[in-house]
Amino acid sequence: MLKRVHFPSSPLPYLLVAPQIIITLVFFMWPASQALYQSLLIEDAFGLSTEFVWFENFTALVEDEQYLSTFWRTAVFSSLVAFLSMSVALILAGFADRVVKGATTYRTLLIWPYAVAPVLAGALWVFMFNPTLGIFPYFLEMVGIKWNHYLNGRQAMGLVIGAAAWKQVAYNFLFYLAAMQSIPRSIIEAAAIDGAGPVRRFWTQVMPLISPTTFFLVVVNVVYAFFETFGIIHVVTQGGPANATTILVYKVFNDGFVGLDLGGSAAQSVILMVIVIVMTVVQFRYVEKKVEY
Amino acid sequence: MIENRPLMTFITHLVLVLGVAMIALPIWITLVAASHDEIRMLQAPIPLWPGTHFVENLKQTLFGAGFSGDQTPVWRMMFNSLVMAMMISVGKIAISLISAFAIVYFKFPFRMGFFWMIFITLMLPVEVRILPTFEVVANLGLLNSYWGLSIPLIASATATFMFRQVFLTIPDEMLESARIDGAGPMRFFWDILIPLSRTNIAALFVILFIYGWNQYLWPLLITTDTDMTTIVMSIKQMLESAEQTPQWNIIMMTAFLAMLPPILVVVGMQKLFVQGLTETDK
Repeated sequence: MLKRVHFPSSPLPYLLVAPQIIITLVFFMWPASQALYQSLLIEDAFGLSTEFVWFENFTALVEDEQYLSTFWRTAVFSSLVAFLSMSVALILAGFADRVVKGATTYRTLLIWPYAVAPVLAGALWVFMFNPTLGIFPYFLEMVGIKWNHYLNGRQAMGLVIGAAAWKQVAYNFLFYLAAMQSIPRSIIEAAAIDGAGPVRRFWTQVMPLISPTTFFLVVVNVVYAFFETFGIIHVVTQGGPANATTILVYKVFNDGFVGLDLGGSAAQSVILMVIVIVMTVVQFRYVEKKVEY
Repeated sequence: MIENRPLMTFITHLVLVLGVAMIALPIWITLVAASHDEIRMLQAPIPLWPGTHFVENLKQTLFGAGFSGDQTPVWRMMFNSLVMAMMISVGKIAISLISAFAIVYFKFPFRMGFFWMIFITLMLPVEVRILPTFEVVANLGLLNSYWGLSIPLIASATATFMFRQVFLTIPDEMLESARIDGAGPMRFFWDILIPLSRTNIAALFVILFIYGWNQYLWPLLITTDTDMTTIVMSIKQMLESAEQTPQWNIIMMTAFLAMLPPILVVVGMQKLFVQGLTETDK
């Protein structure tokens, strides 16, 4: 942590950490503590009086069917996003790892969606699936499917998941390919000599050897689906139709800035903070340790 | 390749080409839409092949009176995005470099306390503490300013961690010999640490530039003045107004311009990008 050889104590190190500490205090610690405090208050609709109510906001949330179904929806949403984007990335990386010439070309062509902002990914997808103009509804109509994600909750959810997963494939692909390329060739060659075909080698050797990467990516993808997909949902469905695509982060924003239920929104923020902290701890504790194989 | 199986090689390339096509399809449709005129983009099966109005649309989008009565031309939004992205990435790198330097190379009271304080910021994405952070920025009078856009996003534990990691790998002998030669802390920092971590700084810059450029929720909340609009957040307003006056050619051109800079950065600096991504996240 600290260098064995270091500079003697002086005021200098305080000056050096000061900018970061000040920003952390003003824009992180203070707002976070405000959120904590506010989650224990109930403010009336005009903001004239506030009442300290202990954990009433939290118990209200736990009893709120809508909040519980949002929780469940978020779980479904993030696991589907993680599963879809990771499996597509895994398949592509598995094949790209076999390519001798041109692997970098494929990599270049596959990683750029990382640079696309989530809200733009949403905009592109909502255009492709525009019920009157979009290219996909046009083709779907031919096979007898009526597409309108403004009315159909399931279709709206599918669209949001598709856009979120599309953007994340690039990231997962990059990490999977790097993991596969770091497997010593001799292991794979030994199995080939023993007569294992490509598919067998993939399941019995590559998959177990890249399991630490898989674990790491599960955490990263779930965090992504929880928080960074806000832009996609905001631009594609705005949580609708009838809350069919409202996930936790969207609800915090919506209840706080649109509904002006400050206490309830703050209580939701606190719950989200706890979730983030748990995920970060899990990531730090287990990612470094090798997954058993 | 381990064994020679022509069929398998064929399937490999087939799958990869299909994958590339699937990933590229949305941007292809964007480009096609940006190259037709307004009338064509209102007819039911939209074209799948590029048209001839690309340059015209580009000019209208960048410099035109803007989008259906909106006063801000897109070049101005791109400029705002650029300023915000640069402030965030340069700011993050600068404050992380000096705080990592202090934590690794100095022994002083509360050193670990400061370290943990920085560590905790890693856990709180801006979406989670959005309301109180907004209040702080409003109270400081930073709404509708570049400072308000960038400073709350500047503190970052990941960058500090990464530089700490880099500094720890630099051999102690460097510092010993520098001190024998009479170099003070700041001299050592500028002449030895900074040059040694040059590629790490560049790699981090690539990642942070994309992060800054793509910010959405934060600019959306704190900018009400249309002169401060960033291009990424403008998409939402455009899509909303598309319900009355659909100018899909202009909307898609704007979307294309909004993603172009970060995509160029990723593709052009691929090596640094991959390094930055693996270093900051792992």
